[in-house]
Amino acid sequence: MTVLLTRPPAEQALRQQPRSLGDLFLSFSWLALQGFGGVLAVAQRELVEKKRWLSREEFIEEWAVAQIMPGPNVINMAIMLGGHHFGWRGAVAAVAGMLTLPLLMILLLALLYGSVSQHPAVQGALRGMGVVAAGLITANGLKLIPGLQANVLGRAICAALGLSCLVAVAWLRLPLAAVLLGLGTLGMGLAYRRLQA
Amino acid sequence: MIPIEMGAADWLQMLLHFATLSLLGVGGAITTLPDMHRYLVDQQSWLSDTQFNASVALAQAAPGPNILFVALMGWHVGLNAGAGPLSLMGALLALLGTMLPSSLLVYAAGQWSHRNRERRIIRAFKQGLAPTVVGLLVATGIVLAAASAGSDQTWLAWVMAGVATVLMWRTRLHVLWLLAAGALAGAFWLR
Repeated sequence: MTVLLTRPPAEQALRQQPRSLGDLFLSFSWLALQGFGGVLAVAQRELVEKKRWLSREEFIEEWAVAQIMPGPNVINMAIMLGGHHFGWRGAVAAVAGMLTLPLLMILLLALLYGSVSQHPAVQGALRGMGVVAAGLITANGLKLIPGLQANVLGRAICAALGLSCLVAVAWLRLPLAAVLLGLGTLGMGLAYRRLQA
Repeated sequence: MIPIEMGAADWLQMLLHFATLSLLGVGGAITTLPDMHRYLVDQQSWLSDTQFNASVALAQAAPGPNILFVALMGWHVGLNAGAGPLSLMGALLALLGTMLPSSLLVYAAGQWSHRNRERRIIRAFKQGLAPTVVGLLVATGIVLAAASAGSDQTWLAWVMAGVATVLMWRTRLHVLWLLAAGALAGAFWLR
C-alpha cells in the first residue's frame, strides 16, 4: 500500500503561503496579541482556518514536532513555519513577531501591577479569562480530530492512543515526558510498520 | 523589592542558568519552573517569592506566549538591582538565555525534517505521534481549566470552560469575544 501524499485539488487551491518576512512578522504579532492565557488557544484557528498556511493534518504533524522539542511549543511552531518558507530569516521574523509586542505589553503591565492586582474584580476577571482560554484549547484538540482521518494508523488505533493520552495527562496526571515517550514510541513503531508495505 | 548587588559575572550566571534550562524544558518552559525557583529565590536570593509568583501570574494574564514569564523574572531581578535600564536588560537577558539554545535546536531539526519529510522514518514519527498530540491538547485544556477553576465557585468556572469549548468548537465566533465575556463574567461572579 502506498500512501498518496498529493492532496485533492480543491484543498490545494485553498492553500495560502506567507508572502514576505513582514507578513510573517505581522501575522505572528496578531496571533500572539490574541493569545490571552497562552497562544495555543488561537494558533489552530489563525494558522489553519484563517491564514490557511497549514492543513489540519500538517498542523497536527508540525505540532507533534514542536511539542516533543525543548522550548515553548508555540515558539517552536513559529520557528519551523518561518524556517520552511524563508530560512533562518523567516524563523527570526516569526519569533520576533511572536515576542516583540507582547513583551512591551507585559512590561507595561508589570509597571501597572501593584496598583490593581489586589482588586477582587481584577482577580476574578483574570480567573475568568483563564477558564475560557482553557476551554479554547480543549476545543482546538476536538477540532483537530478530523485531521486524523487520513492517518496511516487507522481510526481504532488513533482513538486508543488519543484517549490513553487524555487519561494519562488529565486524570492520572502522569509526567508529560513519560507519556509522550511511551505513547509516542508505540505510535511511531506502529506507523513505521504500516508505512512499510 | 529586595535591594541586591548584580555584577557582570552575576548577570552572566543568570543568562547561563536560563540557557541550561532551555534545553531541559521539553513540554514547555513551565516544566522548569521549580528549578528556576530553587536557583533565583532560594539559592541566589535575587527574587522574592512574591515577585516570582507575580511574574508567572502576570504572564498568564497578558497576551502572548507564556514564556514571557522569564522576561518578567529578569525584569524583577533588574528592579532589585537598581531599576531603570537594568530592568530592561534583565528582561532581555533572561529571554535570550531561555530562547536561544532551544530555538537553534528546533530550527535545525525543523529544517532537517522538512527536507526529509518523504522519508519513512520522518513520516512514521509525525503520523505516529499525531493521535497522542491531539489527545494532549484536549487534556491540556482540562488541566488548565482545573487549575483556573480553583476552590470556590468551581462549578461556575467549569460551566464557563464548557461553554467556551462548545462555542469555539462549533461556531466561528472570534476568540477575543469569548475572552472578553470570560473576563466580564469572572469580574462579577468569580471574585
